[in-house]
This record gives sequence, structure tokens and C-alpha cells, in this order.
Amino acid sequence: MQRFLVLVSFVLLAVGLSGCGYNTIQQNDEGVIAAWGDVEASYQRRADLIPNLVEAVKAYAAHEKETLTAVTEARAKVGTMQVGAEVINNPKAFAKFQETQGGLSSALSRLMVVVERYPDLKANQNFLDFQHQLEGTENRINVARVRYNDAVRIFNTSIRTFPNNLTNNLMLQLPRREAFKAEEGTAKAPTVKF
Amino acid sequence: MRFFCLLGLSLLFAGVSKPAMALEVPQYQGYVTDLAGMISQAERQKLEQTLLAFERSDSTQIAVLTIPSLEGDSLEDFSIRTVDTWKIGQKGKDNGVLLLVSKNDRKIRIEVGQGLEGVLTDLLTGRIVDQIISPRFKAGELDQGFEAGISAIISGARGEFKGTGSSRRETRKNEQSSLFNYLIFFAILVGFLGRLSKPVGALTGAVLLPLFAFLGVSSPLGWLLLLLLIPGGALLGLLLPILFANAGRGGGMYMGGGGFGSGSSGFGGFGGGGFGGGGASGSW
Repeated sequence: MQRFLVLVSFVLLAVGLSGCGYNTIQQNDEGVIAAWGDVEASYQRRADLIPNLVEAVKAYAAHEKETLTAVTEARAKVGTMQVGAEVINNPKAFAKFQETQGGLSSALSRLMVVVERYPDLKANQNFLDFQHQLEGTENRINVARVRYNDAVRIFNTSIRTFPNNLTNNLMLQLPRREAFKAEEGTAKAPTVKF
Repeated sequence: MRFFCLLGLSLLFAGVSKPAMALEVPQYQGYVTDLAGMISQAERQKLEQTLLAFERSDSTQIAVLTIPSLEGDSLEDFSIRTVDTWKIGQKGKDNGVLLLVSKNDRKIRIEVGQGLEGVLTDLLTGRIVDQIISPRFKAGELDQGFEAGISAIISGARGEFKGTGSSRRETRKNEQSSLFNYLIFFAILVGFLGRLSKPVGALTGAVLLPLFAFLGVSSPLGWLLLLLLIPGGALLGLLLPILFANAGRGGGMYMGGGGFGSGSSGFGGFGGGGFGGGGASGSW
């Protein structure tokens, strides 16, 4: 009889836990961490590309020193930043990540505008290849960010809805995750001067 | 009681709809989906044959989609949504490629699956767009552009990727196996408890069958169906122990699960490949 009671309580515990969303929360949490890994990998890919891009532009447009230095400096800042899954558990670190990567994005887009003035450079095959790689990387970053935001939305919903919120508050105590916001400056259309 | 409360609340939240999409992803018609009417009938057949033969030999799937216009949507955005919906490539290998052309925007994009990013790099696909497809489109040779572009993508993908040649597809396997696991668990538990005592078996059956049906099937079942499952579960709770007792004597139950073959002769749909935004865009 005692064995029977132990068995029944064990089964009820297992069913109860999965009914309360314990497994769901864990799965969604892993989903967020995996999506974050892709975000970091695609940003890293961009950072790796920059030194070669700067070299290629330098050869044709050496006197655009200011723009080139801005890119190199923004790249250096990204290099010193904290990385890993801890970033997403810390809203401050996450905001810093977004700000630093945003800084590199805007420095890069200024460089690409400057490049428009050098037809020789634009016709250079080497540079065209870099341009494709940079575009591809920016696109990967975009895709990874969208997927990360989706994973975060699913995760945040799963820890806020009943009864999962009880499970999370009492047992897991995972924090709410931040999603990427649109980068500053993208909300307003750029001004074009002729 | 708590269970019903739980069920009611979950039904409340089940009604949350997905955000609206911009330009709708079309249904594919085969390897080549020519919605803009850019490819001639003869060329289309030729492409279909080439792509079928390529999938047979390398298991890599390449799809072509032409659309009349992006209607203001971004090319990359529409492209990733299309491949996420179509799931070109084999599951687990992620070896799919999409050649997307928007006629009125004069834009081209090659979207590369994650498994092919090592061979069909952004650089290589960029060159295919710039040097092979674009010049032919500019000259008005649309058919030649598609043909040369596809053969360049094929030789690029052959670089190192040698597939197994099989193209089995798995559909919704996760959901099925989850429900299947619950059912096996249910049968063993109820069979075991029912052998101890009949009322206990009937009771656990009545409680657990609706509960597992609720947990195992991802789409929410109706109240009525779940209520109907209660007597069904009780009945199983009485029957399963008898079945188990007989099976124990008779030498075990046979649970056969045959795979589904793929003896189709033509295009058999796309296989579930994943994409991460690799590839390149261009215009003509």
C-alpha cells in the first residue's frame, strides 16, 4: 500500500509540474538562450569583417580619415564588451550591448555613404565583395534579432500567464527578458541633401 | 476543479492572434513558381528537370520564385518570410536555396539555407547576382539569366556539399510523438494501477485521459470533447488491465510503426530546411 501511495504521488507530481508549465518555461528559456547565441554570432561576424573593409576603403579614400577612425573606434568598443548569456539576464548589460552595436551600425552606415563619392572604389571587385558580405551580415543580424525577439515574446508570455507565473515565482524565478528595440534614428527618415 | 479553472484560463489566452504580415507569402507550385510570368514554358520545364535531378543526386533543394512586385515591402524581409514558410531544403541539413526575383522592382535575391552558407557564401552569391544574372536580365535575356543563374548556384552548392540523395520528409513529427508518448505513459500507468484494483484503474483512466489529451495536443480541444473523454478513460481503465494481463501471457503486444516511403516520381514538396539570412541581393 505504501509503495502504491509513493507511486501515485510521484505521478501526480510529474503531471502537476508539467501542467503548471515547468517544462514549458524551461524550453522557452532555452529557446531564448539559443536565439541569443545567433544574435551574438552574427554581430561577431560583422566585427570580424570590419578591419578588411576599412583597409579596402583606405586604399581609395585615405583622406576620409574621420569616418574611418569612427568605424575603427566603434569596432574597438564592441571588442571590449561583455558577451555571453549573462547579458540577457542583466537589463543594463543588454542596453549597453544594444547601444554599442548601434554605435558601430551608424559609423558603418556613414562610411557607406562616404564611399558613394568614389566611383573607382565602387567599381573595385574587392570592394563589391565586401559590400555583399557586409549586406549579408547586416541581414543576418536583422534575422537573428527578429528571431530573438520572437523567442523573448514567447518566453515572457509563458512566465506571465497563469499558472506558469506561480511556478516561476515559487520555483524558477527567471527574470523577464528584454527585446531589441528599433535602433535610434531609424524611426525618422534620413534627410537627403543635393 | 482546479483543472477546469486552468482549462478555462488557457482557452482565454488561446485566442491571441499572430501579428499581421506585410506582403503575403504565395503558395509554391513546384521548384519554379513564376507568378510574374518571366519564364517561358520550355525554360520552366528545363529548370524543373534540372532542379529535380539535382535534388535526386545531392538532396539540395533549389526553388525559383518570381513576383510581379514587392508592394513596398523590403526584399530581404519578404525573402526570409518566404523561405521560413516554404521550408526549402532537408530537415537537419538546411540545404535549401531560393532565387527570388521581383519584376517591377528589378530586384534579385539569392537566399541561402544555413547548411549551405559555407559553400554558397554571401560573396559567391553576390557575384552570381552581379556577374551572371544581372547582365543577362539587363540585356532582356530572362530565360538565359535564370538558366545560367541556377547552374551557377548548383555548381556553387556542389563545392563541398555531397548529400545522401535521399529526400525523406518528416511532417509534424514533434506533435505526434508528444501525443504518442503521453498515450504510452497513460496505457502503462492505467494498466498497472488497474491490476491493483478495478475502481482505482477506472478513476485514473477517467482523470488522466482527458488531461493527457489536453497536454499532448497543442491545439486546444473543446470542453465537450474533453468531457466525453472522461467515460472513455474510465472504460479504458477497466479494459487495459485485462488486455495487459492477457498480453503478459500471450507474449507481448506488437507495436508496428512503419516509415513512410518517398517513391514519388516528381517534385514532392520542400523538406523543412532552416534559414538564417544568408545570401545576397542585387538589382538589374
